Amino acid sequence: MKRQSESRVHERFLRHSKKFPNVWCAGCGIGIVLGAIIRAVDGLELDKNDVAMISGIGCTGRMPVYVDFNTMHTTHGRALAFATGLKMVKPEMRVIVVMGDGDALAIGGNHFIHAARRNIGLTAIVVNNSAYGMTGGQHSPTTPWGIETATTPYGHIEQQFPIAELAATAGASFVARSTVYHVRELERYLEKAITKDGFALVEAVSYCHTTLGRINRWGTAPDMMRKIKEQSMTFAQAKKMSSDEKQGKIVRGVFADRDIPEYTQLYERIIERAKQGQLDD
Amino acid sequence: MSTRLMQGDEACAEGAIAAGCRFFAGYPITPATEIAETLSRRLPQVGGKFIQMEDEIASIAAVIGASVGGAKAMTATSGPGFSLMQENIGYAAMTEIPCVIVDVQRLGPSTGRPTSPSQGDVMQARWGTHGDHPIIALSPSSVREAFDLTIRAFNFAERYRTPVIMLMDELIGHMRERIVLPDPETLKLEERTDTRVPPEWYKPFENSPEGPNIDVPPLVPFGEGYRYHITGLHHDERGYPTSRLDEIQPWMERIFRKIDRSLSDILLYEAEGIEDADTLVIAYGGAARAARHAVRMARERGRRVGFLRLKTIWPFAEEVVGNAAARLHHVVVPELNRGQLVLEVERVVGRQKVRSVNRADGEMIRPAEILAAIEDLEGAI
Repeated sequence: MKRQSESRVHERFLRHSKKFPNVWCAGCGIGIVLGAIIRAVDGLELDKNDVAMISGIGCTGRMPVYVDFNTMHTTHGRALAFATGLKMVKPEMRVIVVMGDGDALAIGGNHFIHAARRNIGLTAIVVNNSAYGMTGGQHSPTTPWGIETATTPYGHIEQQFPIAELAATAGASFVARSTVYHVRELERYLEKAITKDGFALVEAVSYCHTTLGRINRWGTAPDMMRKIKEQSMTFAQAKKMSSDEKQGKIVRGVFADRDIPEYTQLYERIIERAKQGQLDD
Repeated sequence: MSTRLMQGDEACAEGAIAAGCRFFAGYPITPATEIAETLSRRLPQVGGKFIQMEDEIASIAAVIGASVGGAKAMTATSGPGFSLMQENIGYAAMTEIPCVIVDVQRLGPSTGRPTSPSQGDVMQARWGTHGDHPIIALSPSSVREAFDLTIRAFNFAERYRTPVIMLMDELIGHMRERIVLPDPETLKLEERTDTRVPPEWYKPFENSPEGPNIDVPPLVPFGEGYRYHITGLHHDERGYPTSRLDEIQPWMERIFRKIDRSLSDILLYEAEGIEDADTLVIAYGGAARAARHAVRMARERGRRVGFLRLKTIWPFAEEVVGNAAARLHHVVVPELNRGQLVLEVERVVGRQKVRSVNRADGEMIRPAEILAAIEDLEGAI
């Protein structure tokens, strides 16, 4: 795989006609994920015309507008459903769906599990910052138990959704989790996810220093980045630990990588059968 | 030409195939399920795609996604599902993505009476999604018309880059009639116009593009070399989010103008005996069948009653209704609801002249009920 220098990559993949700066706070992890995505696409030498990026609503939902693909910023939680329609009529396109944790797992939770179960060839990327950032730090389905958020002033009393484990259980072909600190690893997982035939999910653990970080006094963006580094471990490391020791840790790695027939390819066979049936009439 | 005994739902599905629909996403719901069942069998036969989604929200989303990919696309549902679809119907209006949404109306509110006819979603079809937007809604009164108007719905969706609502009702959806289908080659079908400009000049939301319809910029499907942005945020001509008034206002004016200036194309109706009438009956959809019968009964009794049947419900045929009712004494509007489209009639012709005949219990209006209203208004001959 051929890699160009970083600045050249940005020049070729970011939209010059779109006025910068972007909407994200200084120090946000979303830009790191965007960088990893375009480097992955570049590394795979994909034609930009064949790549679509579709998002829902939220901070991560603003990602597509900056990149020079076929891009669509849809409604809250529904990006995977929009992407499903596009992928069915344009199966040759690489359709990348970027979502936040609230977008993908709360309002869009139903679409998330069903897109995985259906195993349609989409690349889903969830930037997991454990909060609703754009609206000011309310709790999301991945907010840790006990912490304070804008809507849990007395502490959070709900369990977290484990995104990667959920996608693997729901039937996805490829599932991996990394973080915005482990950016090269994230990039590798993204390359695999984009080239996978079936439904692929990459969870990118991030943070929101301007909402949850501020409310809980967790410090600056670099402080929170450091915390992610310290809390994370590989599968191999996690194996040696008790479940108590793993509490609150981020397990990185590939959770599923299996060959299951992809939905749009199966549908091509349905068309063949239907046309055959018509001839038999 | 082929003669077949067909249900309204099935005719709608066949109309979609004939119109060039090649993608359907839906979720089972009475009384619209037969449309999905028919298309699950028929679409792959013509190389199209069918998918049953996890709910109605996903269904309309997938339809919009498919349309962005270049396919003529449709979904079908009934009241409860239509309610769920509203947010994304607004997205289609905002992003000007052609699509057809069939609502086979049943008695509401809520779960209501699933197998009973109703026209309770007339106002929801107009104002169901939030914010100002134009919409086109068509309502068939027979099985054959379900076929014809579905083709029209696709043509309007493509010609004006807008969501179009097929407002059927359970009566038409589940009724069976013997119909003669037209030769596919005789049908006039609207195809998406291609842009003539190179990708770097392409503006998917241009406010005065060149071409046959200056208010409807061509929509190039994703994946064909024109990489652009689509968003439900207010956007500039290239599709990028904007808060600038000088970009929002021209867009807002254009999306209304593209419909308003083409009313002569969009407004479909049928008028009978209006010239010499004293009283006019205005009806649409399933209820128009009873209304037509009532008008005939009144004429047999020597009364001068005219009949105006609206096939296009939205935009409302203001001028047509206004002109027809101008010199008349009375207007009777029978509807299978508590009085929805009658509000528009009253707005145009004044409340004094108008009598509403309503049923909102899941039963059909009987011609005798409409006739009684006509006779009550006119008095003895």
